Amino acid sequence: MESLSGRKKVLEQKPMNFWERMYLPAILKGMGITFMHMFKKKETIHYPEQEREFSENWRGMHSLKRDEEGRERCTACGLCALSCPAEAITMISAEREKGEEHLYREEKYAAVYEINMLRCIFCGLCEEACPKEAIYLDGPIVPADYLRKDFIYGKDKLVEMPIKELEALKGATV
Amino acid sequence: MELAFIIEKLILVTILFVLTLSIAAYSTWAERKVAAWLQDRVGPNRAGIFGLLQPLADGGKMFFKEEIIPSGSNKWLFIAGPSLALLVSFLGTAVIPFGQNIELFGRVVPLQVTDINVGILYIFGVVSLGVYGIMIGGWASNNKYSLMGAIRGASQNISYEIAMGLSIIALLLVTNTLSFKEIAEQQHGWHWNIIYQPLGFIIFLVCAFAETNRVPFDLPECETELIGGYNTEYSGFKMGAYMFAEYINMFVSSAVMATLYFGGYNYPGMDAVNSALGATWGPVIGIVVMFMKIIAFIFFFMWVRWTVPRFRYDQLMDLGWKVLIPLAIANIVITAIVITVVDKL
Ligand code: SF4
Ligand code: SF4
Repeated sequence: MESLSGRKKVLEQKPMNFWERMYLPAILKGMGITFMHMFKKKETIHYPEQEREFSENWRGMHSLKRDEEGRERCTACGLCALSCPAEAITMISAEREKGEEHLYREEKYAAVYEINMLRCIFCGLCEEACPKEAIYLDGPIVPADYLRKDFIYGKDKLVEMPIKELEALKGATV
Repeated sequence: MELAFIIEKLILVTILFVLTLSIAAYSTWAERKVAAWLQDRVGPNRAGIFGLLQPLADGGKMFFKEEIIPSGSNKWLFIAGPSLALLVSFLGTAVIPFGQNIELFGRVVPLQVTDINVGILYIFGVVSLGVYGIMIGGWASNNKYSLMGAIRGASQNISYEIAMGLSIIALLLVTNTLSFKEIAEQQHGWHWNIIYQPLGFIIFLVCAFAETNRVPFDLPECETELIGGYNTEYSGFKMGAYMFAEYINMFVSSAVMATLYFGGYNYPGMDAVNSALGATWGPVIGIVVMFMKIIAFIFFFMWVRWTVPRFRYDQLMDLGWKVLIPLAIANIVITAIVITVVDKL
């Protein structure tokens, strides 16, 4: 039959000749190839010290965003938890009190917001579901740990640093 | 038997024992490094500089792993298997001459535990015992995969021992002796046996791979088909014992090949070096040369492992019975004819 891709290669099934049956010439050729690989550039990236460049649409650790005034954007609507196929997100909402307007953008906010990183499959659906642009998977690789309970990330690890602190940090390093 | 003799041998045995163990331990490190280099990687480099503490970390891990003895297994044989494999692999080092006689504290010390005049036969006996470790372990596990591995190991070793023995016969026609020491002495200067027995060496080499169960002949373990073969059920230190036995076997067969075919501790320009350095430091150079040859062979073993895929079982048997044995017999006939003709001239 005519091959559809035009790339079909018909291989002839002929019995091996004496040299092929001895395997040695083929083995020597293979060993030559592997030996040359000893002197090639190593592909290894020494991970904790070096990092591979991430692609544009890389999905890493989640971060809960703040708006321009440094207020938490999340309004604890629960859409991210609902959309999460791994059921990794849990939250407890609370109402914003008087005097907390500089902390939370909406009247309702997430008092507790936890993502179980062992359940999360980094699909990014929470990011897509969020109506407030409050959650993005733009962080680094989630690091390894020893205990299961340490993989449940709370707000202390997820919420972006307040802008002031960030600037202070930048000022310190400059 | 004088006391000094006993002490001398005791020290030699201890040094050899420790040396063999550390070479086996560092072979595991070297294996990973070589594998990495051949695959454009860097290999273990976290435990110590260049990952040199890796064998210690591995050993520690092996010790602390849970020892599982399957309930349906024969407990006594289950323990005997790896012990036997390890014990037998050590025995081989006894007859290998690692250097010339060395002069220490006014005594002439031979660098060989014992120079029995049937050294080659001894090695053969010990090597064929090695398969018992695999067979007993595989049988005692009461596991189908292990049993398959054990059966494969047994039939493979039997098949390849024949070709190995035949290739040695041709070598013996050349050397006229079974003693390792004498064979090593005969190769002084440039009379390395590889020059007289190139075909015999290749046959011996291939058989050595089969006898040590190394890739491409690692069918007794064969992870992809038998999930580990004879050591499927083993864990912890017993598993480590099997692994160690494999690496020690590799060391012994490298030493045997270096002695039989590559001149042992001999190297070009040896006489000049010996007379310049005297009877103590001259042989030390010989020891270094011997170990360089051994390490080169060990590297070769690893290099092949990370190049060649595993043979199919029927290919293995075909190669052993239909290619290597006829070749070995032809080698004997040709060698015998050439020796007779040369003698008559
Ligand atoms: S990335 Fe996917 S799995 Fe992870 S928390 Fe978001 S929705 Fe759930
Ligand atoms: S992160 Fe977004 S989707 Fe999730 S609760 Fe907050 S506002 Fe709603």
